[in-house]
Formats: sequence, structure tokens, C-alpha cells
Amino acid sequence: MTIPVEKVSGPRRKNKAEFEWTPEHIPEDFHERLFELEEKGELVVQRVDTEHIEVPVKYGRSKKVPIGHTWHHKSCGQCGHIPGYSTSIFWVNRKLGIEYEDPRDQTSCTAWNYYASATSNAAAQAAVAVRNFAAAYETGRFPIIHCGTSFGHYKEVRHELLAHDQLREQVRRVMDALGKPLVLPEEMVHYSEWFYAMRHEIAKHQVRDFSNIAVTVHPACHYYKLVEGDAIYDPEVYGGQRTAIVSEVAQALGAEVRDYSTWFDCCGFGFRHILVTRDFTRSFATQRKIKRMKEEADPDVTLTHDTGCVTTLDKSQFAAKAQDPSFATIPVMSEAQFAALAMGAHPYLVCQLHWHAADYRPLLEKMGIDHEKAWAEFEEATARLERGEQQYLTWEDADV
Amino acid sequence: MSPTATPTPTHADSAAYKLGRTYPDVPLEEKQRLFDEIKADERFHDYLYGCYECGICVAACPSARYYDFSPRRIAQAAAREDVELVYQQMQEDIWDCSQCFSCLRCPRGNNPGGIITVMREVAVNNGLESAKQALRGYTRIIYKIMSTGTQVSPDMLQADAFPDWGPSVAKVSQKLDLWRRALPPETHHTTTTGWEISTRTLVELYLIWHKTGALNMISELDPSLHSLLEEVMEDLLDEEGYELD
Ligand code: SF4
Ligand code: SF4
Repeated sequence: MTIPVEKVSGPRRKNKAEFEWTPEHIPEDFHERLFELEEKGELVVQRVDTEHIEVPVKYGRSKKVPIGHTWHHKSCGQCGHIPGYSTSIFWVNRKLGIEYEDPRDQTSCTAWNYYASATSNAAAQAAVAVRNFAAAYETGRFPIIHCGTSFGHYKEVRHELLAHDQLREQVRRVMDALGKPLVLPEEMVHYSEWFYAMRHEIAKHQVRDFSNIAVTVHPACHYYKLVEGDAIYDPEVYGGQRTAIVSEVAQALGAEVRDYSTWFDCCGFGFRHILVTRDFTRSFATQRKIKRMKEEADPDVTLTHDTGCVTTLDKSQFAAKAQDPSFATIPVMSEAQFAALAMGAHPYLVCQLHWHAADYRPLLEKMGIDHEKAWAEFEEATARLERGEQQYLTWEDADV
Repeated sequence: MSPTATPTPTHADSAAYKLGRTYPDVPLEEKQRLFDEIKADERFHDYLYGCYECGICVAACPSARYYDFSPRRIAQAAAREDVELVYQQMQEDIWDCSQCFSCLRCPRGNNPGGIITVMREVAVNNGLESAKQALRGYTRIIYKIMSTGTQVSPDMLQADAFPDWGPSVAKVSQKLDLWRRALPPETHHTTTTGWEISTRTLVELYLIWHKTGALNMISELDPSLHSLLEEVMEDLLDEEGYELD
């Protein structure tokens, strides 16, 4: 599926048809240092040694994305506030018959204490990351990271561990005390890269037609701006000038990807801002993102691939509409939920859209989903819990 | 100074000094000490390579659009080693940054957002007033992260905390327990943490906070939070048979 480079050429600008890096401008591949340190016995590299798909990343390089045998490094914001996000990731895996582990031996990246409050330090952050990697390594499964910030932060941590001997030594001492090796994975893999890699397989299992659905995409800052070399850039998508993540999945599902001018802007999350100075977050999310998308692209839904972005773009719209009733809202979800819906997932039992704020019902109608019937099914299922017939709903219950 | 001599930046050359000295009660030596702490951080040298003053970072920066804030000023002050201005920025600017890292578009290879991360850590470590103010109302998050290993938990969704997010928050909080039990992944039935975390994992996390000095970072900033966390951690470590050195 191609998105031609002309799509990024505005009336006053012309981009080159293809973008190629000249050798002198390509930064060093981190793998060289990683394997060098592995050879010296300084660290353990967990290899992608099961079935995998190679995907194109920046600088014309490629990256291995494991298909199965994965260890899902969950996101606290997804699990806590947008639980249909992680549920959809797992559901798509299950539907494709791919086994995975959803571990309890996992902490979050704790990067809130880094990017929001600065109440942590480089050694603590690196030790938290490596502890999680070691936990995955102990199971023999490869870590796949749900959160864009965790993914970005772990790439930074990897860079620091490879560059600074003293930090490595400090973290090694901590890991020794925990009785764990200093492990780094061969590739840092974000869940959205798995969706990109599996997009054709997902499309084969599609049961709902999305050809009349228009989407806009918000690429997550921490995915592709932090340590950019790991992010997917596909020559077929915008001539490789913009990350292909999410856009290519939407395209593979037959949806129309529409461009808008502020695609590079962040969502306005800001970490501490979304908690303590939310006027900034709200203004940025609605004025610079949602309003622009609506005016320039008029999408049925906006898709993104990170915790903070879904939360910010979704939740900020209520106040904008309350203040100005003419403010046109756009439903927001992850491409994991979008792909799950394409594959026939239940909008509430799987995608958990009732946790979202911006009105998604017109979208469901356009997708041919009877949301009233679906809600009645959800209520029926939760009534069983209330009556004490079941304590929890299961995966079997989710597939009505 | 002869007109041909190379000018050495001095205290009086500081942009902040020329504009009228700010924070006169804080001795220059103290400002210098804080700057030295920033500069001594290993990350600092990865984040700063001089500055063209091109403003590309400002054009990309969300915070620059809504605040009197500029990543260019941050990079310049650090590059010029303008300790007066850096101190002023630590008190007035650094908490405006959204930590989005759009400023990594810098053609010089700078990372103004990263410099800010380091400046914030130094502000926290030294209990600067700006850090105390910025983190007011944030204590619960620090507590959650450090004590549970997940920061965003379902029970944070309270209507009075997020009135501007509309009625969906109140609905979720009313139904929280039921809706969590309706989630198919078994790890997701929790309400006080993002997912269910094993005790051994938590023990390892607490050991990390202790051994890397991360726990001590907040002792200046918020002594009561620090002692509360210390107690929670020591209790569990004790129970699990760990002795801290
Ligand atoms: S990281 Fe901070 S300084 Fe850099 S662009 Fe984002 S808000 Fe601006
Ligand atoms: S983009 Fe880089 S070189 Fe340009 S003003 Fe910002 S920090 Fe300086």
C-alpha cells in the first residue's frame, strides 16, 4: 500500500520523490557497540531468535520484529485508563493464533518520575529498564513494549548504557544485587511495529469493511523523535520522509489516510501538564490538533499509538465543546483498537470504548456496528458479574 | 580590555545580569555550583553541541506556543555557561517544557528537552523553590510510581480531579470495580495499580530505588513523602527478608 510523497508536498513546497541518506550523514548503528560489549562479556543481548518479520527503519536500515513468543511490557496508562487498548493488542494476538505472555513480573518504565517530576536519575531509570528486560529474558520471550514513552525512554536508556562505562558499571552492581544479568534486547520493539509488521495478516482476517472510513494519524513524539533510528520509515509511505507507523496499518485495512498540517506537533500531553496545568494540554490538543484535523481532513476517527496521545486527544475535547458548542469532536483510539474492530472485535467487551470520552458512536455506525445492541450485550455480561454468577469476564465472554 | 583581546565571558556578560540581576540573594557561587552539577551529568555532553540560534527548536516546541518559554534560550544559556541565566531558567522556565522532544529537530544535534531534564533533576536534588512549586499536587503520582511500580492507576479517574474531561470520568469511577472485573486480561482486574504486579517484582523495584539513590532525591523536596515511602519500602523489604546496607 503506498502513500505517495506528493501527499506531503504542499502548494509551496516540493519534496524529493525519494529521500536517501548519504553515507556520511548516517549515524552509527547502535548494534555495533551492543555486540562489541556482548563479546567482551559486559552484557547479555537477547536475540530475536524466533520467527520474525524485517521492517524498514530510518537510514535505510531494517529491524526484526518477532511475531510470537513475546513478553508484553504493558503501559500503566493504557491498562489503567484506556484498558481497551491493551485488551485489543492481546485480542488481535489471540485471534491470529499467536501465543504471548502478559507478565506480572513487570513494572512500568517509571518514566513519569523522569519526564514529569525529575525525581529519578539515570541509574535508577536504567536499572528499572534492565530489570524488566532481565525478567523477559528469564522467560525466554522477547519484550514488546506497549507504551510509546516506555519505548522512547528505553531507547534513551540503551544509548546511555552503551555510551557511559560508569553508568553501566553502576547498573551492573544493582543487577548483581538482584541476582539478574544486565540484559539488553537486540531490538527495541514497540507494539505498533508488530501491528505494522502483521498488517497484511490482520487484513486477511478483516470482517468489517473500512473503505468508507477516513482517518488522520497522530504519530507519537516519543516513538519517533527520541532516538529516531529505531522508528519505522517505509519508502512506500510518504517517500520515507515521515514515519509510516499507524498510517500503513490503516491503509492495509482499506481506510483512507488523510493528511493535515500539524501532524508533527505533539498532542499536548506534557506529563506534568496533563495533571497540574491542564489548560495548556487542553488548548494545545484541541486548537493545534483536533481543530486542524477537522478543518483540513475531516476524518471519521483519529488514530494514534501511544498512551498519552490517546488520553490527551480524547479527553481534552469535552471542555472545548462545552465552551463552544460548534466545536466538532473526533473520536480517538489506538490503531490496535481500530484493527481489532476491523477483525470483528466487540466495541465494548474487547475495545472498551465506554472508557473513551469523545463520541465514537457515529464512527461505529459508519463501520456497520449496532452500538445499542453491543451495549446491551455488555450490560448483560456485567449483570452476570453483579449477580455473582461469575467473578470476572473471560476471553470467551468477549467473543459474543 | 584591548579591542583585539578575545573576550572571556564573565559574570557581567550574562544576559540575565545585563537585564537586571535576578535572584540577587542567591550568591554567584551557589549558581555556579548548580551549573557545575548540571554540567557534570554524563548526559549533558550528549545533549549540547553549541547553538546556531536558528530557532528551529522554538518553531517545533509546543510549550513555546503557549508560554513565555524557548528551548533556544535554554540551549544558548547552557552553551554560554551563563550561570545567572541558567539559574533564572531553573527557577522560572524548566517546568513549562512538555518533554515531547520535538526540539530534537535541532540541526546542531542539540537536545534542549534533555538539557531541561538534567536541569530539573538538579533543581529537585537541591530542593529549589521552582521544583517544590511545580510538583505541588504531584505527590500522589510520585508515591504511586515509587511504591507500586505503575503510575497511572484506574482509581485516579475521579470526577472531581478531572471535571473538564466530562461525564465519562464519573461513569468510570462509579462502575470502576465492575468494569475492571469485566476486562478479559487476568492481570487487569486491579483498581489501585495498572495491572497486577508480583511481590518479588516490587521488592526488586524497591531495591533499585534504594541502591541508585533515587529515593533520597526527594528528601529535600518533600521530607514527609520521603519518610512515608521509606517506611512502606522498608516494611516490605523486611517482610521479604531483605536487609538494607
Ligand atoms: S521537549 Fe520541551 S523544549 Fe523540547 S520541544 Fe518539547 S516542550 Fe519544547
Ligand atoms: S534548533 Fe538547535 S541550533 Fe537552532 S536555536 Fe535550537 S538549539 Fe540552537
